[in-house]
Amino acid sequence: MREITYLEAIREAMLEEMERDESVFVLGEDVGAYGGAFQATKGIYEKFGEARVLDTPIAESCIVGVAIGAALVGYRPIAEMQFADFISCGFDQIVNQAATLRYRTGGRVDVPLVIRAPSGGGVHGGLYHSQNPEAWFIHRPGLKVVAPATPYDAKGLLKASIRDNNPVIYFEHKGLYRRAKGPVPDEDYTVPIGKAEMKREGTDLTLVTYSAMLFPCLAAAETMDKEGVEVDVIDLRSLAPLDWEAVFQSVRKTSKLLIVHEDNRTCGIGAEIAARVAEEAFDDLDGPVMRVTYPDTHHPFSPPLEEFCLPNEQKIVGALRRLASY
Amino acid sequence: MEVKIVVPHMGESIVEGTILKWLKRPGDRVERDESVVEIGSDKIDVEVPAPARGTLKEILAQEGATVAVGKAVALLETEDAAPARPKTEAPPEPEAAEEGEAKQEETPPKGRRRITPVVAKLAERHGVDLDQIEGTGLGGRVTKKDVLPYLEGRRPTQEAPEPKRKEEALPTPTPRRAAVPSEEEPVEVIPVTAMRKAIAEHLVRSKQTAPHVTTVAEVDMTRLVNFREKHKADFERQEGISLTYMPFIAMACIRTLKEFPFLNASMEEERILLKRYYHIGVAVALEEGLVVPVIRHADRLDIRGLAHAIHDLAERARTKKLASDDLKGGTFSITNPGAFGAVLSTPIINYPQAAILGVEAIRKAPVVRDDQIVIRHMIYLCLSYDHRIVDGATAVQFNQRVRRILENPLELIL
Repeated sequence: MREITYLEAIREAMLEEMERDESVFVLGEDVGAYGGAFQATKGIYEKFGEARVLDTPIAESCIVGVAIGAALVGYRPIAEMQFADFISCGFDQIVNQAATLRYRTGGRVDVPLVIRAPSGGGVHGGLYHSQNPEAWFIHRPGLKVVAPATPYDAKGLLKASIRDNNPVIYFEHKGLYRRAKGPVPDEDYTVPIGKAEMKREGTDLTLVTYSAMLFPCLAAAETMDKEGVEVDVIDLRSLAPLDWEAVFQSVRKTSKLLIVHEDNRTCGIGAEIAARVAEEAFDDLDGPVMRVTYPDTHHPFSPPLEEFCLPNEQKIVGALRRLASY
Repeated sequence: MEVKIVVPHMGESIVEGTILKWLKRPGDRVERDESVVEIGSDKIDVEVPAPARGTLKEILAQEGATVAVGKAVALLETEDAAPARPKTEAPPEPEAAEEGEAKQEETPPKGRRRITPVVAKLAERHGVDLDQIEGTGLGGRVTKKDVLPYLEGRRPTQEAPEPKRKEEALPTPTPRRAAVPSEEEPVEVIPVTAMRKAIAEHLVRSKQTAPHVTTVAEVDMTRLVNFREKHKADFERQEGISLTYMPFIAMACIRTLKEFPFLNASMEEERILLKRYYHIGVAVALEEGLVVPVIRHADRLDIRGLAHAIHDLAERARTKKLASDDLKGGTFSITNPGAFGAVLSTPIINYPQAAILGVEAIRKAPVVRDDQIVIRHMIYLCLSYDHRIVDGATAVQFNQRVRRILENPLELIL
């Protein structure tokens, strides 16, 4: 099977869905002739033209608001936030409009909207080019939130998100754009929203993670394997809805759970997973539910300082060892 | 000295650059910061400056080649001192942070045994004594991984535990040669459940530790029988449960235990502990075996209260809703073989208690009163006691006192 990058997978998903369905269009800052700040939309403008690729003002509330309006009258917009860090400028449109319209109209309208947001750090981007704001949107009812880690999942999940009739926030990790390369089939396929994937199987510990953290987690699991400890590595892929069954099944098997995410510690999704596991699988636990996360601080410009803050293979191995020996 | 010219950082997510044009050739003299080569990427094209003054020594990548960010594309020979590159210290070992977190609690607080929920669940469900298992977890904790193999019947990692009170170690049963089944002598094999095993161990331990003696009192229950006949319909209507003899017997026992504390006691190596609280165990026969749930502080209950407590425990025992706390902490037990028709029995003490009262069947029998033969409702109370703790005289007196209370039920009022 051919191997493409995470970025190419995202681009292909958009091209193919726009080909397949006339109502799909793209809007965002510099997405048209420029091809996008990260070149995610490169070639789409040339193929489909102005009518289906809109260059917007630098105003996220406008981007999202226009997308909502278009979705209400039957379009399937793909709104790009240039950096997830700026999604907060469109926050009200997302949480108070997109997330509530179906509810407020008693189910009479749909908002089939995708907001693509490049998130994640480790690229020396500093405060405004490194954030992981998924927790805000997981928390809000009425929104779906996904965060793929591999090119295969990136393409499949984006297609599924575009075809979904609900507002979906699609967090693509900017550090993975060119660094993640993997097999992607030629044929049309989707990855269902709400299903996690077991990326590695074991019997001793459960490791739940998503997005770029998958890779240091897999590396850590490999290290632990050599020490005789086998780790289930679950890639959530979808954060809302979350595949609770996959998590519980693994925890019942291993009785020990570690959650790893690049998002900040306090009220990151790890906290929700820990609470729910403690609540519903308490009798299956043989150790505390642990988390390895970014600390409760911002992303510094200084590369060594950012590296010090980010979760990495070494920190994950340390936590796995502590959990295994509990 | 030789200095490298590398592909610079060109933006987020850019991992490589392409050599567009060499502006200098090997042998050319360059000044510091003078552009040496043009390198391009998806996002931007940059001119890369010489990091020091000197001579371009060697080109490592030709025009059109793609090179990773940070890798050298040329070598520069310079007379300058080493270029002022800030020495970046390796980031402080995250180990330090790890240790900080780990410092919190590596060893469990002294004197407390850590039992996690899943280990507690397994222990309760399968009747496992966690003291029997060697723990491989933190601080010697018994983990799920320690319990599971133990349950699968592999050899326990520890032999029979150090007898805490210098009692004889539990004897290993002499293995009997299994009968070879044949058509003439068929054998059905019943696997021993964990519960049966636990019951068996408990009984053996009790008999091995306490020298058992059983003393029997013959009790005329006629007054109680008549009393019950008179009140049982009303009682059932008011309380929703039937009135049995057990609450009366339990209360009679509790009264008497207060006068005979050595029957509400347990023995350690150097001490006898007289319990000044009264947790009375009432045996319930289940299909899988006998369980003895405990009425806590039974002395605080009146007849109705005792009736409800007994009924509730029996119900919960039968519907498997007993909690492990319900089976612990008893100070004296009552069993009822009479329910199945037995007239005499020699019950086994519920170790580590001092005694157990077996209540036999009530039956009408001819007895002598005032030199006349009369028909009375008679019952035997069979008290088994630990002769280490309780002397024969004391035991007999206890039994007789219970008899006198039951024969004169008005005594229960005080």
